[in-house]
Amino acid sequence: MAESGSSQMSPKPSSAHSSARTLLVAFAVCLVCSLLVASAAVLLKPIQLANQHIERQRIIVEIAGLMKPDLTVAQAYRQIDVAMIELGSGRVVDTLDPENFDIAKAAKDEQLSEPLPRSADPAQIRRKPRYLPVYRVNDGGGRLETLILPVYGYGLWSTLCGYVALRDDLRTIRGIRFYQHAETPGLGGEVDNPRWLDLWEGKIAFDEHGEPRIELVKGAVTSATPDSRYKVDGLSGATLTSRGVTQLLNFWLGQEGFGPYLTRLRDESERR
Amino acid sequence: MADSVRKILFSPVVDNNPIILQVLGICSALAVTTQLSTAITMSIALTLVVACSSSVISLIRHHIPANIRIIVQMTVIASLVIVVDQFLRAFAYEISKELSVFVGLIITNCIVMGRAEAFAMKNPPWPSFLDGLGNGLGFSAILLTVGTIRELFGSGTLLGYTVLPLARDGGWYVPNGLLLLPPSAFFLIGLIIWAVRSWKKAQVEQAEYRIKAMRQPAETT
Repeated sequence: MAESGSSQMSPKPSSAHSSARTLLVAFAVCLVCSLLVASAAVLLKPIQLANQHIERQRIIVEIAGLMKPDLTVAQAYRQIDVAMIELGSGRVVDTLDPENFDIAKAAKDEQLSEPLPRSADPAQIRRKPRYLPVYRVNDGGGRLETLILPVYGYGLWSTLCGYVALRDDLRTIRGIRFYQHAETPGLGGEVDNPRWLDLWEGKIAFDEHGEPRIELVKGAVTSATPDSRYKVDGLSGATLTSRGVTQLLNFWLGQEGFGPYLTRLRDESERR
Repeated sequence: MADSVRKILFSPVVDNNPIILQVLGICSALAVTTQLSTAITMSIALTLVVACSSSVISLIRHHIPANIRIIVQMTVIASLVIVVDQFLRAFAYEISKELSVFVGLIITNCIVMGRAEAFAMKNPPWPSFLDGLGNGLGFSAILLTVGTIRELFGSGTLLGYTVLPLARDGGWYVPNGLLLLPPSAFFLIGLIIWAVRSWKKAQVEQAEYRIKAMRQPAETT
């Protein structure tokens, strides 16, 4: 494979000592290896992206409680209504395709996002997209049953990307899941622990005035803890990841995030 | 010829096993053996990497300057590992998520480096390939044994299929939770080493020192 240009030289040990030869071999090895790695990465990228797409759909149907053993992810996902909303106004827009919307790309795009000042950026995302997809599960009569919102923010090492599902009262959390992060396995990485994720079900994300109020706290949260319905056990040994999760939820559920859209939905359901 | 092929290929499985005789590559053996499926994937990945890296390094062994040989070996190994990782992410996404960092850590697995440095640098490609394959198989044999025991007695399943119905699901088997934790792999590997060394006395190491019988403490006056 990498029998580089110098194969006519005799393999005497002395010839292996000149600096030029050392550099040449190092260069040849690097070139061949980088070509190999780069072509594997580029050629396999489409398949990997498709896998990630299915993975996100699977997480959405799972936290919506739609996943049944006899359904495939694609079949279950058909029950979900995807809409693109403008964060600032909370209005639904139909000029963008929500299905293939790349949040990470949009957050870098001048047109599709806006910079956040440091003081208004608890989730440390730097730029806020103007539009984001939301996922709705409606009952037969078109009434909202579950609302799934994309959320992301910085933990300790990485941006945690995930979804939070709210029940029809738009206050109670149905579930939360992250599909991408690079937190320390065993500590912050426990955001994927099913037992911890189960603790979220039924927690209340908003106080009486509609302000987001959900918090990860140190130690176990029992029914004796004051305001236990707003609190979830923090991850042991992962103070910064826990803080990141608290911040990103409060940011995205607040006025800077999905607040206007949630207000609009609440008004709608009151009018009915 | 056939004899020497067999010797290079199979001696690392029992007589010169990388895990139980040389006690290398323990870290991943502890980490990925809670389930048989991850143990199988890890075995295949490591066997591929060690066989390919040994062949490649053996091919270019006359051209590798002695002073940068370790870095060249690392580069070749790391590239192969990244390629394997990319393939897993494309074709075995679920398993690649469970293996997470451990595929990447094949790069630092001492077995791969050890075979490159100890065998492939001194031997032609074909024996090096066989040696890599044999060591991969030796690693796999232990991983699969430990993985089978841990999954069967730790969760009552094999490859996800229920073998021993669990008491909490209405069956009769109460699983041993310790087997799902990394220390249990240590104990199992220790027991395997003990069993193999009782069977093949040649593997028993010379004691480096002998503990002396305790003498009466000198009388204090």
